[in-house]
Amino acid sequence: MASETRVAIASVEDVVTARQKGRSLAQELGFEGADVTLITAAISEVSRNIAEHAKRGEIILRPENHGARRGLCVVARDDGPGIANLPQAMQYGYSSGSGLGVGLPGAKWLMDEFDIESKLGAGTTVTMKKWLD
Amino acid sequence: MRVPILKQRDYVIASVQSVLSDPDLLQLRDDLTERIGRYRSRGVIIDVTVLDVIDSFATRTLRTIAHMLRLRGAETVIVGIQPEVAFTMVQLSLTLEGIGTALDLEEGLAYLDERTKRNLRRGK
Repeated sequence: MASETRVAIASVEDVVTARQKGRSLAQELGFEGADVTLITAAISEVSRNIAEHAKRGEIILRPENHGARRGLCVVARDDGPGIANLPQAMQYGYSSGSGLGVGLPGAKWLMDEFDIESKLGAGTTVTMKKWLD
Repeated sequence: MRVPILKQRDYVIASVQSVLSDPDLLQLRDDLTERIGRYRSRGVIIDVTVLDVIDSFATRTLRTIAHMLRLRGAETVIVGIQPEVAFTMVQLSLTLEGIGTALDLEEGLAYLDERTKRNLRRGK
């Protein structure tokens, strides 16, 4: 039975680890083909977001069940500076750093469910889910 | 892991062997920029067949590499983007505008021959 996995993010190198663990769990849960890549890419974006903006945080990967539905849940959590303007951060192409401004809105597109909570000075938590069917 | 770069005719081929971290991608950029100067290469092939994901950072870095190399007088072609990887890039609206892409190494070489018009001189 697949279980919860946690990956500490302390540098951009850890993005690769988070991606690989996410890929493994997705395959273990029965995701196939493009879905595995979509999940992997979404994890890549949110974990890089932590490494770049918050410096430290963690990615939690776990199986998700809701009634008969099965899927995968990714939580990206940090205690970083938080996001001042959330609607702006969720705008495609808007970047506060040197990136393409694809990260958060991109991850939202790739997953079935996406939720973000952020508090200035207290950090950001992204919770996103992909369902098997 | 550092990407090995081989010289082949007037071209250099960077053959990605494993997943790449962000620093690996930046290293590839620096290595290629230096190498095309040393070899006086007119074309560069970056083979990404083994990459299981090309996210926003990888896309941005590949674009930067191609534009830098063009400023140094070389054409770049990215080869081997897998179907699922392409699908994900489209979902993310990530594009490699202005950069050559080809199915595989063979097509990549043909692309560069066409772009650099060296096939004529070689008598092929």
